Amino acid sequence: MPPILIVIEEAVNADAKTPLLSVRDLRVSFALDEGLVRAVDGTSFDVMPGQVLGIVGESGCGKSVTMKAILQLVELPGRITSGEIRFRRRPPGQEEGGEVVDLARLAPRGALMRDIRGGEIALIPQEPMAAFSPVHTVGDQVIEAILLHSHRWSGERKLSRREARDITVGLFRDVGISMPEQRVDAYSWQLSGGLRQRAMIAMALSCKPRLLIADEPTTAIDVTTQAQVLALLRDLQAKYNTAIIFITHDLGVIAQMASYVVVMYLGRVMEQGPVDDIFHVPKHPYTKALLRSIPSLYGETRVALPVISGSLPHPFNRPAGCPFHPRCPQVMERCSTAVPSLQPVNDRQLASCFLYNDAVEPA
Amino acid sequence: MSDAPQPLLDVRGLQKFFPITKGFLQRTVGHVRAVDGVDFTVNEGETLGLVGESGCGKTTASRCILRAIDPTGGKILYKTRAGRTVDLAALKPAELLPLRAEIQMIFQDPFGSLNPRMTLLDNVGEPLLVNGVGNRRERADRVAELLRLVGLRPEFMHRFPHAFSGGQRQRIGIARALATNPRLVVADEPVSALDVSVQAQVLNLLLELQSRLKLTFLFVAHDLSVVRHISDRIAVMYVGQLVELAPTDEIFLSPQHPYTAALMRAVPVADPRVHTTDGILGGEVPSPAAPPSGCYFHPRCRHAQARCKVEAPALREIAPGHVSRCHFAGDMVF
Repeated sequence: MPPILIVIEEAVNADAKTPLLSVRDLRVSFALDEGLVRAVDGTSFDVMPGQVLGIVGESGCGKSVTMKAILQLVELPGRITSGEIRFRRRPPGQEEGGEVVDLARLAPRGALMRDIRGGEIALIPQEPMAAFSPVHTVGDQVIEAILLHSHRWSGERKLSRREARDITVGLFRDVGISMPEQRVDAYSWQLSGGLRQRAMIAMALSCKPRLLIADEPTTAIDVTTQAQVLALLRDLQAKYNTAIIFITHDLGVIAQMASYVVVMYLGRVMEQGPVDDIFHVPKHPYTKALLRSIPSLYGETRVALPVISGSLPHPFNRPAGCPFHPRCPQVMERCSTAVPSLQPVNDRQLASCFLYNDAVEPA
Repeated sequence: MSDAPQPLLDVRGLQKFFPITKGFLQRTVGHVRAVDGVDFTVNEGETLGLVGESGCGKTTASRCILRAIDPTGGKILYKTRAGRTVDLAALKPAELLPLRAEIQMIFQDPFGSLNPRMTLLDNVGEPLLVNGVGNRRERADRVAELLRLVGLRPEFMHRFPHAFSGGQRQRIGIARALATNPRLVVADEPVSALDVSVQAQVLNLLLELQSRLKLTFLFVAHDLSVVRHISDRIAVMYVGQLVELAPTDEIFLSPQHPYTAALMRAVPVADPRVHTTDGILGGEVPSPAAPPSGCYFHPRCRHAQARCKVEAPALREIAPGHVSRCHFAGDMVF
């Protein structure tokens, strides 16, 4: 008996400490006629089981392409050129442990990737209006997803359509849609923005994923509805202990949702750490500048905001060295020639900056 | 009291109804009361922020002021450069023409609002051409001056919009709005499509231009922190009605309408130590075609009482310059 106990303990410990998803030196580039765009250029981060990881950055920082790479949805002429995306799969019938696969090596249309995509890693897209088909009811679209991944609900036995519909009604109730029996037969254009996003969340949760990727899930909706959707995601996260990668450009949303934050700029991780450290003791000059430039609900009004000088460089004109150096207030000579690598600055935060560490990213 | 604020724009009882039609004959079966009796003034040289959720009528109200659409009822009193007071709502298109130069607009989408087949010279210079200002050479000089004013290099004027980033395009849109030396600028969500770092640059530019050119802004937006940063006074709209209007500091310190208070609580604060999870507003904005009885906000209001369901509150002054449309304003902390 004792050996079995030890094995279980090991599995539990392994799960709490070892990442669910581990991205290492990921590079994604797009070969366009005008030249090569390196959208993601050596990104590394971990997602722990049940953790809400926030990825924050401005447009062109590679946050959405990273998400697409994880789901193997990068479209041509884009290609994952190197790096690893190690994902711990859910063993059948168990919640803990599991074998590790490198998603970056899987065929995008292969059986394994199709099983993981939607089944173990689900996506909440930015615009639910565009994500739902307007010619099928929202219920039918959720039912389709459940039937595709039906072994996650009933094992070997095939689910019937009737059963899938019942599951859908239950999911709609879970995400706070009133009158779920009627709403499953509605078309997406008959629902309000908030309800549509709730239906999308129900669809994402339909296969009990271990990892949920939310790509700017609330940018297209009003503040009060946004508050409702964020509260819903927080509740569901606590209930199912699903890990979430929360991608947004809104620092307020990140502060309220994430427990760990990754700050990206031009395809590279500038800084990462626990949310409190990122907001209260930011290390990287980019994080500091970004936090200063947002108007707050408490600051002085009608005065000039501190800005980040210059603008985001065009993707074809990536600066040499540290991508942020042309706009950095603390730029040094070597910043324009060498790329700083992501290194620990203390026992919690990591930063890619020569102010803290001289380590250079290998070319 | 010579330095008392002079209203440049005085909107009284503004209404805009859109007909709901049905059937083959397109019979009118009802109206969407998009803007239903809105009163406010905008003083010379100030910024009035107009906020509310989508569907509250803030964009419709601002388009009525520009006469991009014709209001159904009400008055829009505007003091012209010549010192005359005219009712924009009652003017015929021909009478409106000379005033178009004085009231200009900055659009939300910097990608959709510039003609991609026209160079910056033509895009920015078009208002001058339309108003018959100068010859080609003089217009080019003016465009160069405008581009410098918004922080762009005059050499750019022969390029096309696609060569510019979102923030640069918004600067181009601002330059075009300023081409005719306007006095009143209506800005409809001018920074909501921009990145955080660029948003700060454009907000700073707007503040700087306002003090340099003595501009008056009507700033329509949904982002409360942005509106707070730029506005002197803030007007809050809900289902086509004005529910509260007050100076910026006052409205944030002591909101006198539960909807305003709920809107403020809904803003996610960029500080993980501050939790903004209490008092989340439930439900959804009712349709302006079939608003609730009594106070339009009562089905979502946590302070609602029996009276709110039957009796529609009137807009009343709680403190000097602070009006609210709530039965309990002044007696309750929201």
